[in-house]
Amino acid sequence: MAAVILQASGLSRAFGGLQAVDGVDFELQAGEIHALIGPNGAGKTTFVSLLSGRIKPDAGVIRLGGSDITALPAHARVRAGIAYTFQITSIYPRLSVFDNVALAVRGGDLAASVMAALRRVGLAERADQVAGNLSYGHQRLLEVAMGLALSPRVLILDEPTQGLAAGEIAGFVALIRSLVPQTTVLLIEHNMEVVMGLADRITVLNFGRVLARGTTAEIRANPAVQAAYLGGDDAVA
Amino acid sequence: MSVTGKIWALHLGVLVMLAVAQAVLPAYHANNLARIMVLAVFAMGYNIAFGYTGLLSLGHALFFGFGMYGMGLAVWQVEWTFFPAVVLGLLAGGASAAAVGMLALRTAGVSFMIVTLMFAQAGYLTVLYFNQYTGGDQGFAVEAFARQVFGYDLAQDTPRAVAAFVLFAVALVLNLVLVRSRFGRVMAAMRENEERSRMLGYDVFHVKLRVMVISGLYAGAAGAAFGVLFGYVGANFATVQYSILPMLYVLMGGAGVVLGPLLGAVVMFYLIDIASGLTSAHLLVVGVALVVLVLFAPRGLLGMVRERWLPWLP
Ligand SMILES: Nc1ncnc2c1ncn2[C@@H]1O[C@H](COP(=O)(O)OP(=O)(O)OP(=O)(O)O)[C@@H](O)[C@H]1O
Ligand SMILES: [Mg+2]
Repeated sequence: MAAVILQASGLSRAFGGLQAVDGVDFELQAGEIHALIGPNGAGKTTFVSLLSGRIKPDAGVIRLGGSDITALPAHARVRAGIAYTFQITSIYPRLSVFDNVALAVRGGDLAASVMAALRRVGLAERADQVAGNLSYGHQRLLEVAMGLALSPRVLILDEPTQGLAAGEIAGFVALIRSLVPQTTVLLIEHNMEVVMGLADRITVLNFGRVLARGTTAEIRANPAVQAAYLGGDDAVA
Repeated sequence: MSVTGKIWALHLGVLVMLAVAQAVLPAYHANNLARIMVLAVFAMGYNIAFGYTGLLSLGHALFFGFGMYGMGLAVWQVEWTFFPAVVLGLLAGGASAAAVGMLALRTAGVSFMIVTLMFAQAGYLTVLYFNQYTGGDQGFAVEAFARQVFGYDLAQDTPRAVAAFVLFAVALVLNLVLVRSRFGRVMAAMRENEERSRMLGYDVFHVKLRVMVISGLYAGAAGAAFGVLFGYVGANFATVQYSILPMLYVLMGGAGVVLGPLLGAVVMFYLIDIASGLTSAHLLVVGVALVVLVLFAPRGLLGMVRERWLPWLP
């Protein structure tokens, strides 16, 4: 079995009286594509925010490649190799597309690294445009390019296909597949076609707890998952 | 011409024009220009923090004052000569900005404005309180021996103009290099989207602290130079008015434009100069000018130029 690259145990976080993440144990295998699914408000974004350090846990331990990173601030975790792309697009709208990605590149040949990342998401021709003038879908792709330019060990994508056209989704799926096994991908995704097509394993969150985990086939067959989630408004394709 | 070529041609051209202006202008205006150039260095430091990095400080008078008093007290109390005294002023500006930044940068937005304002006010009151060492609100003259550089006397117009120009030229070139560097891009990233920057691996506090120190060094250099060139150190230079002044220059000339502080300083200086010749209510004229600016060129004069005609203006 592959090594565990990122591990959480007993991770919890409450907002006021609301237990958004409730004692989650989680393991990410090096080189896999792991999907995190669950209904709206299940705690997915909160959970990955704990992993990336954007918010602090109330309890629990996070390990990256075996070392405890629970106390590391977010920027240090990014440097240690955990990249996060926001669910709500977060770019530098007044800077050029090139500068957006350049800010993610550390060391080496800046221009070459930027253009390589832009080429992978198909935005190379738009390098000189002001990022805020891109279409919504292109802004999402720009964010993915920024994530790639960080050359992370773990790439966390929070609903990356939201707002992409059907044609763009196919390209996106191919892109993600090309990242592994060098990069490990943790993908939050509502589009079940994308999840089933990409994921090696799936974790289902509901009310801040792990409802189920397993391979794609196991999750598909799990009656609890079907009841809580797949039977809902995000029906499985 | 490449963009880099255009940028350097423009900025070196401005420096040449300033040198020529210093040489040909009548003494009154040449002297004004020396003052404007030193104050523009102060405003350039403010622009680095506010215009480029988005740090809206209301306490820059403290750093300017530290520069001025660092230089002045070294001359008065321990009889240091020009170079060590001015370098001490420069470093005092940077160190005071580091100290204020360590505390104030734990806040943001309005709190940051208030905390920096409080520190500057505390600095001003400290000068008054220790009046036996600082001269209090009377201030003190910078003695003649400290105003000698390479055998020239800074009390005379030409050496003073040259010294002001050299300071300005060095500050301008360094400012240009800074904002076009990789770190300059990171500064803009802080201003544009702090959370995104954190999640690209930047230590936001650390970056801002470095910017504060750079900004403080500019303010300190300007404060020391102002004292030594014009021969006087006084508490009025540490009042809140001197925190607002660089902000007005930057807003007028264009925040986040290297030449903005210079243009803003020239315009505001002469606006006040002309208005106070016409009416005792010259601050009213300044107010009206600012309202007009906000209505017609909210990004300042050069901000508007960049928006309409010169998108490459750094
Ligand atoms: N900063 C916050 N303050 C208060 N409540 C919050 C905060 N962030 C999230 N929550 C609440 O925590 C719960 C989990 O939210 P979270 O964003 O993690 O869900 P999610 O699974 O990502 O949902 P979605 O699929 O809609 O993105 C929700 O009830 C949400 O309202
Ligand atoms: Mg979410």
